[in-house]
Amino acid sequence: MVQERTLPQFQAPPAQISPEEGLVLYEDMILGRFFEDKCAEMYYRGKMFGFVHLYNGQEAVSSGVIKSLRSDDYVCSTYRDHVHALSAGVPAKNVMAELFGKETGCSKGRGGSMHLFSSEHNLLGGFAFIGEGIPVALGAAFQSRYRRDALGDASADQVTACFFGDGTSNNGQFFECLNMAALWKLPILFVVENNKWAIGMAHERATSQPEIYKKASVFGMPGIEVDGMDVMAVRAVAQEAVARARAGEGPTLIEALTYRFRGHSLADPDELRSKAEKEAWLARDPIKRFEAYLVEHNLAEEGTLKEVRDRIQTRIDDALTFAEDSPEPSPDDLYKYIFAED
Amino acid sequence: MAETLLFNALREAIDEEMGRDDTVFVLGEDVGVYGGSYKVTKDLYNKYGELRVLDTPIAENSFTGMAVGAAMTGLRPIIEGMNMGFLLLAFNQIANNAGMLRYTSGGNFKIPMVIRGPGGVGRQLGAEHSQRLEAYFQAVPGLKIVACSTPYNAKGLLKAAIRDDNPVLFFEHVLLYNLKEDLPNHEYVVPLDKAEIVRSGKDVTILTYSRMRHHVMQAVKGLEKKGLDPEVIDLISLKPLDFDTIGQSIKKTHRVIIVEECMKTGGIGAEIIASINDRYFDELDAPVVRLSSQDIPTPYNGKLETLTIVQPKQIEAAVENMVALKV
Repeated sequence: MVQERTLPQFQAPPAQISPEEGLVLYEDMILGRFFEDKCAEMYYRGKMFGFVHLYNGQEAVSSGVIKSLRSDDYVCSTYRDHVHALSAGVPAKNVMAELFGKETGCSKGRGGSMHLFSSEHNLLGGFAFIGEGIPVALGAAFQSRYRRDALGDASADQVTACFFGDGTSNNGQFFECLNMAALWKLPILFVVENNKWAIGMAHERATSQPEIYKKASVFGMPGIEVDGMDVMAVRAVAQEAVARARAGEGPTLIEALTYRFRGHSLADPDELRSKAEKEAWLARDPIKRFEAYLVEHNLAEEGTLKEVRDRIQTRIDDALTFAEDSPEPSPDDLYKYIFAED
Repeated sequence: MAETLLFNALREAIDEEMGRDDTVFVLGEDVGVYGGSYKVTKDLYNKYGELRVLDTPIAENSFTGMAVGAAMTGLRPIIEGMNMGFLLLAFNQIANNAGMLRYTSGGNFKIPMVIRGPGGVGRQLGAEHSQRLEAYFQAVPGLKIVACSTPYNAKGLLKAAIRDDNPVLFFEHVLLYNLKEDLPNHEYVVPLDKAEIVRSGKDVTILTYSRMRHHVMQAVKGLEKKGLDPEVIDLISLKPLDFDTIGQSIKKTHRVIIVEECMKTGGIGAEIIASINDRYFDELDAPVVRLSSQDIPTPYNGKLETLTIVQPKQIEAAVENMVALKV
């Protein structure tokens, strides 16, 4: 096992978060975790097909960043997109229905697990190929600046959060877009979820400089390393980056050090990651850690947290029923949505 | 009427549409300060500013994806491919995101964007700068593909492409930028999906597009002297194909010759022949003939380059041979 990178320490002042805000984060993380657990169950029971990539373990990143955004900001994700969609506000039932290939899915059953979209929630995708979402996110950020500075719309201060993994940080689109974002001071957050593994390729074996956040410096962009298992730490870093972007001061690269608790996808035998490594990261479970934080700082009682878990479990069960009961797309609509007029 | 060069007709189209709709913007390599490598965006930078005529770094795949994201969020980007061959570097964004995203998103987003620039075989530009990508892209769902051929249709089609709510690949030809034509003073738009009947005739239908239209018309001069009467159709839209116009012509002439500059294998002509067999086989008095470029990288040597693409004499001979066939 490669020497573990030392996680950055983060000391959160207790007054930084209200009980209400704490519960919003907690509920969002629980929603992500329970949703993914249900997906695994449905996949192994043969109810869900294709490639399904689960987010377990990384919840602090999605919740910490997306819950620091406004509802009119933009979110751009990858093939591991279920939880980003949920954090962005896409209802669990519409995400679940999409995974079941149903007409009521957020992509009308045409997209599937890796192609979640919602124009209503400014979710730009769901991009299945490595790196291809980054330029699209850049385009949304350019659009905000265009409306503000070319069209004179002072209210156009929307920020775009673009998520991708450590493997993507070796792809050209990553470097090309960091360059353009810094060049044009675009309101965008590049959020690298460094979970150490690109399927079977260990990050250290794929890159000459494993500390991804340092790659921002050559573009004159702030690059920040954060403990991706600590939602409070992610939130603090994200809030600062969002404020900078909204003020017209340009992009930020955030590298969140995190870990996926399951294989790359549900089809991955996950044989390369050592037991010791997995156990070390499981001990840092971001949800357990945040529960302890909330209780310790008198922001919530265990009873309240259980109520949240029960409520989310009911929501997941309802989402499943909704997905199962929903109709499939009509064969008559096979050609629908190819062109804008359809 | 004003005599206008083709590159200026394109420029007028962009200028008029940018004036009409402030969400329309241009991006690409050297489109701004430099004015475009064929001067299609000359002076627009001064008129509209650096955000609406955006000089990009040399990063084709990323700035194409950026245009997709801008289009998804309500802008109407026009990408200039400095040379359409460079767009091979942007194939992923054009195919996966411009072409397919509307469908995979279940109609969540539309992608109104134009990707335009020079393609075709020029004068000894070498293999990489002499490509015809239209056939490579024709299998991508969700894309419209258009090829202009005269100053008149270049201007009217580009305006229509900018107004279209779908991604449009707009092919210009590197050797046609200096064609001249009197253009109307009033505003006009040419529909994207209609083929143009360049010459009405009864003996044989010649289907062509882009620069080959002009090779065909040169051949027609010789054919007229020999008393032949071909019908010439400029396809304009390479996808979807205008089978109303093509079909009506086949029902009249019962003979078809395709003249194209793309390669023979997997070309536009190959697709047309297959579709004609599906739709109009019973109307044909002879097998469809296609004259295409040779299946080779375009050689630098001038004589070899000439041999690579279809010449007017070959078109003349093909028409004579077909008409001479007794049925």
